[in-house]
Amino acid sequence: MRKPTVRRAGPAVPNDDIGEALRLELYRSQFRLREAEQRAYDLFLQNLVKGTSHLSLGQEAIAAGAAAAMEPGDLSFCTYRGHAHTLARGVSVEKVLGELMGRDNGLMRGKGGSMHLTSVEHGVMGSYAIIGAHLPIACGAAWRAQYKGMSDVSVCFFGDGTTNIGAFHEALNFAVIWTLPVIFVCENNLYMEYTPISDVTAVAAPAADRASAYGLPRIVIDGNDADIVYRTMKEAFDKARRGEGPSLIECLTYRHSGHSRADPAKYRPEGELERWKLRDPLKIYKGRLKQFGIEDSRIDAIEQQVRREVDDATDACKAAPATSTDVLFTDVYADGGWAWRN
Amino acid sequence: MAELTYRDAVARGIAQEMERDEDVVFLGEDVAKAGGVFKATVGLLEKFGPLRVRDTPISEQAILGAAMGAAMTGLKPIAEIMFADFIAVCYDYIANEFPKSRYMTNGQVKCPLVVRLGNGGGARFGAQHSQSVENWCMQFPGLKVVAPSSPVDVVGLLAAAVRDPDPVIFLEHKSLYALKGDVPDGEIVDTLGSAKILRSGTDCTLIALGMMVPRALAAAEQLAKDAGINCEVVDVRSLMPLDTQTLLGSVARTHRIFTIEENPRVLGWGAEIVSIIADEAFYDLDGPPVRITTPHIPLPATDILEDLAIPSVSRIVETVRRSMSS
Repeated sequence: MRKPTVRRAGPAVPNDDIGEALRLELYRSQFRLREAEQRAYDLFLQNLVKGTSHLSLGQEAIAAGAAAAMEPGDLSFCTYRGHAHTLARGVSVEKVLGELMGRDNGLMRGKGGSMHLTSVEHGVMGSYAIIGAHLPIACGAAWRAQYKGMSDVSVCFFGDGTTNIGAFHEALNFAVIWTLPVIFVCENNLYMEYTPISDVTAVAAPAADRASAYGLPRIVIDGNDADIVYRTMKEAFDKARRGEGPSLIECLTYRHSGHSRADPAKYRPEGELERWKLRDPLKIYKGRLKQFGIEDSRIDAIEQQVRREVDDATDACKAAPATSTDVLFTDVYADGGWAWRN
Repeated sequence: MAELTYRDAVARGIAQEMERDEDVVFLGEDVAKAGGVFKATVGLLEKFGPLRVRDTPISEQAILGAAMGAAMTGLKPIAEIMFADFIAVCYDYIANEFPKSRYMTNGQVKCPLVVRLGNGGGARFGAQHSQSVENWCMQFPGLKVVAPSSPVDVVGLLAAAVRDPDPVIFLEHKSLYALKGDVPDGEIVDTLGSAKILRSGTDCTLIALGMMVPRALAAAEQLAKDAGINCEVVDVRSLMPLDTQTLLGSVARTHRIFTIEENPRVLGWGAEIVSIIADEAFYDLDGPPVRITTPHIPLPATDILEDLAIPSVSRIVETVRRSMSS
């Protein structure tokens, strides 16, 4: 099998295309995702978050880099591993943790939970927990933009496991034949749940090696480098907005935790996690900031601010009342209620 | 007033709504250039153009998923799944996505779309192209499910479905496409969640849906003529929401009910109706409720077998006559 070719960052140049302001923002965003996810995990251990949860620890560069490339109005479609993508669009940590904790201040007041984070006002059109379901849905949103002559682009994030389900293939074909402004972003973290993706996939790069079947270019990038993610996404957005149709981008990454709360990830070969931690996206990006001459004090200030935001959000959620039982019967139908008979 | 076939009523209903609202778009397999495999959508491509009337690949998940994404973000899509049986390959959208998106997001996400299905048997298509799938759809809170039995109801209920802010499964009966009926000129908009009493009667109520409606009406005429049994016939029309008041009102008058269901026996919609009536109108009943259904078997292909399986006029007549005399 062919080894995936991985694009890596070029030599660092000052005043490059990303620039200092955006670079600081990218660091802030990644650090915020890391802290919020770590806090979600801590709250599990305190039994303040029930049910399941799928963390993006180690995968922050994709969510941060992609969101930074978006314009307001662009739409995100996420999976059950969707905390990071939701937060990256600007949803508050309090709303997300509140939802995980089933509090009245939660994003959906506890009706969706960890796997269904949605904030339409931020362009987060949902987190979908049935593998593959949201790829066609993102196509539909892109079809609406095309039909109505709007400039927004739909972005659909999914894991490597999704590339083996039918909806992935239906959606890619559909997006290409209708030239839809949609970007499919595969977060290849090497494992579909508990099984190495390479054990169950016919090709080495589960998403990118399928691209040619749909007439799309093969794109595999280092998903742990936010600059690369940002640049690649920018190109895909430009292509979509020029009316040239969809892109499929495979981002190589690694999750530092198990598949879900229940998974200690014992199936990983010894040393693998440690090797990937050397390529921790936050470590890479902090190094980049230093390379560009950004002082430690400015980095520390960002970290302090983010820690405060996450602490304040945690306190607010702990103090918030449990969600009101009134919402049990609301919003089944568009009239706001649940009546199915007269 | 014009006489239209049920088939032509589909195209008229879609056209009425597409003319009214340019956010109404239509997609499905063979629906545009070919005008539909049942010829129910002939002329729509010519009238509304290829941006609004779109042929898709054989990708049922993509069809329903794309309809949902478009509905969430401002369009009012009508999606066709050619044979109703095929929803089994895109059931995720019907079971998990359309009906739950509004609830799970605490009202943030809307899903105003219509899925048209070619439902039901009688066309000798065999077990995978003949099923009555209404029961596959009505079990999900958040969905609406309607099934017209006449050309005028096709136009009116389709218009109501397109204008409804919730996802609606619209079950067209394949064996009714050639049925003719009068359809008034001008715009027709009906109401979801309303049953219709098609024949008043005093002795018992026949509760029917889809192709079972014309059979129930024919059986009622025969029972009146041959047995002196005066049946009321109610067309349920809408399974979700369910017009229980019309059903309970009829039971209060006739005191006997028969549900006439094309679906196989177990968990048919008639069981739900019987349970509601048993709960709420038990003392109105003069005898046990009776369900007339297809036996719990897959549908066979050949005509003599299929005709034995699906409730026929003579089976309805015999069952009612026997029950009413015991």
